[in-house]
Amino acid sequence: MGKTLFNKVWESHAVRRLPNGQTQLLIGTHLIHEVTSPQAFAMLRDLGLKVRFPHRTFATVDHIVPTDQAFEPFADPLADAMIKELRKNCEQFGVTFFDRKTGKQGIVHIVGPEQGITQPGTTIACGDSHTSTHGAFGTIAFGIGTSQVRDVLATQTMALGELKVRRIQVDGTLRPGVYAKDVILHIIRMLGVNGGTGFAYEYAGEVFDRFTMEERMTVCNMSIEGGARVGYVNPDDTTFEYLKGRPYCPEGAAWDEAVARWRAVASDPDAPYDEIVKFRAGDIAPTVTWGINPGQAIAIDETIPSVESSAAADKESVAEALEHMKLTPGAPIKGTRIDVAFLGSCTNGRLSDFVEVAKHIAGHHVVPGVKAIAVPGSQIVALQCQKLGLDRILREAGFEWREAGCSMCLAMNPDKLVGDQLCASSSNRNFKGRQGSITGRTLLMSPIMVAAAAVTGVVSDAREVFPTTHPASN
Amino acid sequence: MALELITSIKGRAVVVPGDDVDTDRIIPARYMKCVTFDGLGEFLFYDTRFHEAGGEKDHPLNDPRFKGATILLGGNNFGCGSSREHAPQAIYRYGFRALITEGYAEIFFGNSTTLGMPCMTASKADLQTLRAMVESDPSLEIEIDVENRAIRAGGKTFPAELRESARQALVTGHWDPIADLLEGEKEVDATAARLPYLAA
Repeated sequence: MGKTLFNKVWESHAVRRLPNGQTQLLIGTHLIHEVTSPQAFAMLRDLGLKVRFPHRTFATVDHIVPTDQAFEPFADPLADAMIKELRKNCEQFGVTFFDRKTGKQGIVHIVGPEQGITQPGTTIACGDSHTSTHGAFGTIAFGIGTSQVRDVLATQTMALGELKVRRIQVDGTLRPGVYAKDVILHIIRMLGVNGGTGFAYEYAGEVFDRFTMEERMTVCNMSIEGGARVGYVNPDDTTFEYLKGRPYCPEGAAWDEAVARWRAVASDPDAPYDEIVKFRAGDIAPTVTWGINPGQAIAIDETIPSVESSAAADKESVAEALEHMKLTPGAPIKGTRIDVAFLGSCTNGRLSDFVEVAKHIAGHHVVPGVKAIAVPGSQIVALQCQKLGLDRILREAGFEWREAGCSMCLAMNPDKLVGDQLCASSSNRNFKGRQGSITGRTLLMSPIMVAAAAVTGVVSDAREVFPTTHPASN
Repeated sequence: MALELITSIKGRAVVVPGDDVDTDRIIPARYMKCVTFDGLGEFLFYDTRFHEAGGEKDHPLNDPRFKGATILLGGNNFGCGSSREHAPQAIYRYGFRALITEGYAEIFFGNSTTLGMPCMTASKADLQTLRAMVESDPSLEIEIDVENRAIRAGGKTFPAELRESARQALVTGHWDPIADLLEGEKEVDATAARLPYLAA
């Protein structure tokens, strides 16, 4: 009987069984950032401990960095204290810090893959729930709390119970104008925001086989929004091609050995799964959220649900969502007026996201009254975009082009909604207050749909706004 | 380094209604701009408890009848979203010592257990009964029997679920795993040595 990638990685990293029955699991790579690490370093000092594997610990700064200010001190003294604290901790404990002056700073889940630190068959932990992003490489990557950040700093391990594995297979061909973001929003809509509790998600099938690494990252990123702590795609030639030549990847003979190991870590064809769920690619439409969790999503041509039309178990949450979103039940989502358009985040702040938007937006312009910002996920993404002139195309179309960071995905830096503004957002969470205003409203969608909303001022079907996304009309 | 054995928790309870209560709602991100967890308790559920312009909203935690409650009764998928430990820290520092809900998000459950704050799960029907009892008598004392996975209140006993590894960790004083993890030092080196990407 074969094994899944999850089982293989778990077995090779299991240190021992703990008294309570959990496994002490070795964490090969620890990624840290400024928000969830300071308390962990303080605990380390209190216990008189060192960082166990400083050479396997990498830091960056992302959540609190202002995207409209390239210099320090930051205008916000609290944010300034946090970057200084991280810098101090990294120096004191010998941790590599991709600080802004290195030109490699960015959102932690963009930096790891970009540097080639994220590799197949390894384990990663990071004090951020979107750590599942790294699973795109066949990595088992856990989002953890601060006490666990302390555990990993001090011991390079953490205590965990084994997860079940659900294979999510998407076969067939995506329709033109349907993107990776639509795939994951569709999966979460169908399986629920807590459908993945206790599971690792293995994404597979023809759609994932064809996806680029950046598309795989977009899907794995949002695993946690479906309740799954871990999501991954089996490594293949696409993975190896992406990694080859990256700074932290092996070279020469060591590269060939690594590729052989990486191939072998993929799930075996006869591996048993706790569950298998199948979707048909052709059933997936451009998808947008209408409510206050990522599972409250509909296809662009559907209407906003009503309390009456919802299942009994959902009525309360649908009512709460409708009240917050101030949307009309039964009305089409298409045509909903927006105030802000946000392109960026660890879900959709990579080069391909900006390439795709720039390809279609030329000749269009953000409508007056809509604030549109484009935020590269890392300094390297920013540089790549500039080399291709994408920043210019986006600026000419009316987007503000910003410095790298988490920006408007969460309310920890100056990029925030005001009042009950409605934001078309390429980020990952539409929780009440998530984007910085208690009454602010978020509609999650793909970058191209954000661009379509920005240039029309309303939630739109990007296939209609940009006929170029639809090859049939070429 | 034996910690306190958490076998049973007694106290009054308060109901925080709704499913899918996310950690952004439990502790809004702006309060995470800090380098310690001290003082987080006062910002618990801040945006659902207070108006933007100041002043209290109608919220169970603002209801004087439930002041001093140490058990939080919630809905399903409690603590979903961000992995921020700031959320259970805020709940603990506000004064809660245990939760009873229909279910938890994975990371929140682990973060809470590590603080020695049991996350018990009860059936929807039993939770409805408990909520009704607490709302009609806020002074009602609830006993959470962690050891035997039961909830007792007003002469009734309700079965509760708690993952065995968490139950073991709580009742034997191993809920903070750092001491156990540090003991495995030699095995950690041996495991790392077997992995080419770490041995190199």
